[in-house]
Amino acid sequence: MSRLRSVPDLHPPSKEAARGLGEASIAELERWATVHRLACVRMLAVAKSGHLDSSLSAADIVSALYNRVLRHDPENPAWHERDRFVLCKGHAAPIQYAALAHHGYFPHEDLQGLRKIGAPLQGHPDMNRTPGVEVSTGSLGQGLSMCVGIGLALRLDGLEDTAHVFGVLSDGDCQEGQTWEAATAAAHFGLTNLTAIVDYNHLQTDGTTEQVMDIGDVRAKFESFGWDSIQIDGHDMDAIVEALERSRTLDRPAAIVANTKKGRGVSFMEGRFGFHGKPPSPEQALEALEELEARLEEQTAAIQGAQG
Amino acid sequence: MAGKSEPAATRNAYGAALVELGEAHSDVVALDADLSVSTQSAKFGAAFPDRFFNVGAAEANMMSMACGLAATGKRPYASTFAIFATGRAYDQIRLGIAHNELPVKICASHGGVSLGEDGASHQMIEDIALMRVMPNMTVVVPADYNQAYRATLDSYESEEPQYLRFGRPATPVVYEDVPETLGTGVDVLREGKDISLIATGHMVWRALEAAEALEAEDGVEAEVVNVSIIKPIHSESIVETLAKTGVAVTAEEHRIVGGLADAVRHVAAEQHPVPIFAVGMGDEFGISGTGEACMEHFGLTASGIADRAREALLLKPIVSHPPLLGPDWT
Repeated sequence: MSRLRSVPDLHPPSKEAARGLGEASIAELERWATVHRLACVRMLAVAKSGHLDSSLSAADIVSALYNRVLRHDPENPAWHERDRFVLCKGHAAPIQYAALAHHGYFPHEDLQGLRKIGAPLQGHPDMNRTPGVEVSTGSLGQGLSMCVGIGLALRLDGLEDTAHVFGVLSDGDCQEGQTWEAATAAAHFGLTNLTAIVDYNHLQTDGTTEQVMDIGDVRAKFESFGWDSIQIDGHDMDAIVEALERSRTLDRPAAIVANTKKGRGVSFMEGRFGFHGKPPSPEQALEALEELEARLEEQTAAIQGAQG
Repeated sequence: MAGKSEPAATRNAYGAALVELGEAHSDVVALDADLSVSTQSAKFGAAFPDRFFNVGAAEANMMSMACGLAATGKRPYASTFAIFATGRAYDQIRLGIAHNELPVKICASHGGVSLGEDGASHQMIEDIALMRVMPNMTVVVPADYNQAYRATLDSYESEEPQYLRFGRPATPVVYEDVPETLGTGVDVLREGKDISLIATGHMVWRALEAAEALEAEDGVEAEVVNVSIIKPIHSESIVETLAKTGVAVTAEEHRIVGGLADAVRHVAAEQHPVPIFAVGMGDEFGISGTGEACMEHFGLTASGIADRAREALLLKPIVSHPPLLGPDWT
């Protein structure tokens, strides 16, 4: 496990960038997504527990949010006017932890304590134990309702035009009836500061989503609930950023149904059933790290080449 | 103060006190699930429409929304019937509110069987148990309108999640006016030396009536104790009355399992074992009828309490007989 080390950052995002005042390029966001994926593999290899493939499918979305779209201040996590990120699919906690550590919400070393007794990083996000977590999640279906409550509170404070709520949902979230209660409420209350991103990876614990309980045309469902609703490739960084930034400008709640592949970025896992909730073996972790590090080197070289 | 002297429903006290809280604190928001006239939160909605969110028949969504509102600095009051608040939305309360230790007040009306005609589907007799077992949750069951008013006002002072149980029918007041405080949540309303009648909610005024009957008919001096905070229960006050009388009857409009009876027996078993009989719901669901007919059907009456007290008093000399408590007792 000698490869379980931190990846040095090419350059940490500036405070201005973290607040959304500067912009990371698409190539940089893609590279950060690889950095976050590497952190997830390392975390899970050490923890020997957790949901790796669910974290990897959301990596590009989370990278776009934390490294470009979100207005947040790691030095002042309680900054009231910040955007809120809610990981409705709480089982993908490692990808959020990777982004939070990257921005200095807590030390990188804490990532190695994932799921360990007494450590701050719980199996599912815990707002009272982990800086940067807005609300605790982990029970599917509740997250979007929490987002509605947060959005309404920000509106009461006159911040609806600036402080936006981004919730990342899973296939399973869309099977829970409560998600559709929340979708109804968001439209009814006319929320304009809410974006729901569905990390639609088509795999769940017992099989493919289509086999277990087909959720069908999720985009059309949100649209029929009165939302602005679009569908994108959830691994196309250009499309992700465009959709997220557009969603801030709408006069309705926004749904972005992102078609993704579970385990994205690790070939033996990508789109394959059987990895949900299963940590990688040491051999699998090494294979995954090799592939991701090779990708990171390519991405780094490409960025340096463009800058040079 | 806004106290009442005539019979009134505890839910009405909630509605009135919530408006007072809304006037005093701009961070108070209220939510309801299409029962705002019944729960009385509609009064807050009329006074502060911008801070009132009727979510329709979607209680799970309501509780998680309350979580989001509280996590963003608001002080949410979420109300619906007790069955839907605690039964339907248990997991939402558990993860989003109790686990997070957020200052959400779950203000449930129509607790128990006294809501009457709607029957078993609506008569919640397990809510105190469900909220008692939940970590971080405080459970408050006011005895009358005046105490319910105080409980609502005081809930704002707490940063913790709370469950407040209110009832549908107008019931006699036992406090002359809105009390200054809930205090320890255990109030001795009537002194007595022979037996403790430990009651909560709608059973408190009935326990006072039972005590009068016991005095008039049996010459028994019963102590009546109102437990308005069932969790965390103030064990010192419970032990004090048990030590004084040596025998007790609990009374609640709720399942005996998991309710006040269990809370009192838990304290007694560890700190002062005495016979404790219980008036409450057994392993059974409610039925339709007028509220009062339902209470009578299940023995949730003054005479029901008095009868149990007479049985308990028969046991008192036996169990307090020294040899029976000695090492040979099996």
